[in-house]
Amino acid sequence: MLETLFPNVDWADMWEATLETIYMTAMSTFFTFVIGLVLGIVLFLTAPNQLWANKIVNWLTGAFVNIFRSIPFIILIILLIPFTKFLIGSIRGPNAALPALIIGAAPFYARMVLIALKEIDKGVIEAARSMGATTWTIIRKVLLPESKPALISGITVTAIALVGYTAMAGIIGAGGLGTLAFLDGFQRSREDVTLMATIAILVIVFIVQFIGDYLTGKADKR
Amino acid sequence: MIELKGLTKVFDTGKARLTAVDHVDLSVPSGEIFGIIGYSGAGKSTLIRLLNGLEKPSDGSVEINGQNITAISGPKLRKARQKVSMIFQHFNLLWSRTVRENIEFPLEIAGVGKEERRKRSAELIELVGLEGRDNAYPAQLSGGQKQRVGIARALANDPEVLLCDEATSALDPQTTDAILDLLVDINKRLGLTIVLITHEMHVIRKICHRVAVMEGGRVVELGEVLHVFQHPKENITKTFVAQVTETEDSAETVRHLREQYPEGQLVKLIFVGDQAEQPILTQLIREYAVEVNIVHGNISHTQRGAYGTLILQLKGTADEISKALAFLGAHDVQTEVMGDA
Repeated sequence: MLETLFPNVDWADMWEATLETIYMTAMSTFFTFVIGLVLGIVLFLTAPNQLWANKIVNWLTGAFVNIFRSIPFIILIILLIPFTKFLIGSIRGPNAALPALIIGAAPFYARMVLIALKEIDKGVIEAARSMGATTWTIIRKVLLPESKPALISGITVTAIALVGYTAMAGIIGAGGLGTLAFLDGFQRSREDVTLMATIAILVIVFIVQFIGDYLTGKADKR
Repeated sequence: MIELKGLTKVFDTGKARLTAVDHVDLSVPSGEIFGIIGYSGAGKSTLIRLLNGLEKPSDGSVEINGQNITAISGPKLRKARQKVSMIFQHFNLLWSRTVRENIEFPLEIAGVGKEERRKRSAELIELVGLEGRDNAYPAQLSGGQKQRVGIARALANDPEVLLCDEATSALDPQTTDAILDLLVDINKRLGLTIVLITHEMHVIRKICHRVAVMEGGRVVELGEVLHVFQHPKENITKTFVAQVTETEDSAETVRHLREQYPEGQLVKLIFVGDQAEQPILTQLIREYAVEVNIVHGNISHTQRGAYGTLILQLKGTADEISKALAFLGAHDVQTEVMGDA
């Protein structure tokens, strides 16, 4: 059955490409989460009337986020080639895709973090201050727990976008399902390979979405 | 206990300068329930936030228990805030934490160990009457229950002062009374000094010992609640007092009453404090040949005695009526003849 529908698919290659895509998505999601969270918190706390109100830091962080969020990903990869070479030592393979993936997605997530933090009732932060909490305590025990559902649903959306980005990175040789679909499927006119790679990507996306929705629901006590 | 000297807060928005608090001098002794009443924009919210350093004053000083709140910052201020806790109009609970975890939050901030926190939160849950709701999330509680959590949380670190920021304004009248009773109970049991701000005279009447009336950032009237009720000086104070006493002396009502009770004489009596609890009317009826008909009455109970108004229709000879009025006057009841019918 599978042999007749997908005559050209090398299942071992397909499985390896799927693992590479999962690896790239997982690694980049993790670093995007950490960096985006830090950027988002800095953006939030340095805004006017906030705990660390600071025009210069806020402007610089905002500019960084806006610039990297606006550059189309495919161009960002090319722009970052020298940086990737310096950092990873190569521009091919799953690891070489990570810097571009993270730099492309972290600013995107930072904006989502900012939106999530802005949703928190100001009164709750004021209450924590009135109890003598330090800013660090407020970040750890108020900002993060109170915005948890939005942070999780945000990283879910970002992770799904990252699955798409890995496919794009595949075109310049990052490996994974994108490379497979492009080199093996498109350039050699084997539509069944492209189709199977697409199905694999869809499955990954659905699983990420399912896990994200489950965790968001669990975190939300409102 | 609390000393405010020349306290001023000016907000400079660049375009306009707004004086929210204007040279306020106040002194609140230990154990008192002190109320600040005013309309929104009167500066009371800013004033209460100056007391725990959430706002920094432009001028003047705040001293609590000998410590100048305005002069300290950083760790010292955070330490001081643990002794000046606050409850809020919208409760400001962390929805991600259960009742118990919310109450333990200030203890975590103060660095109290886990076991001690557990013990303390159990005591507080009992104190505010939320037994059995330990593991409920705020979303599962009613407004009154949320404010009880807010109060328990505020008491966690054994504060010396409790600041109440419109603590009952989001609650229905019945729940408001229950929360106010809890505050009085806490005040008596723990000897806590309470400063509350409100726009409801009902709250002042029910639990405060003294009241300050704020308007335009200034304290325009200050005194014992009973005294202020009895002799409001400023117009704004009279409006607030009318909120609870509903004195029926507008021209419209007087005319209406006279139409309804065309005979005899309408007299308004004002009782204050002890007299409100004496059987003066019984004596009046027994000793004078007047017929007494109660047309309208109202008694407000404050923390330091009752305050009431009573409108009577007196029927009898002019001589007997004037004797009766003299009798009332001799018993320190203020009388006001509302005109012959």
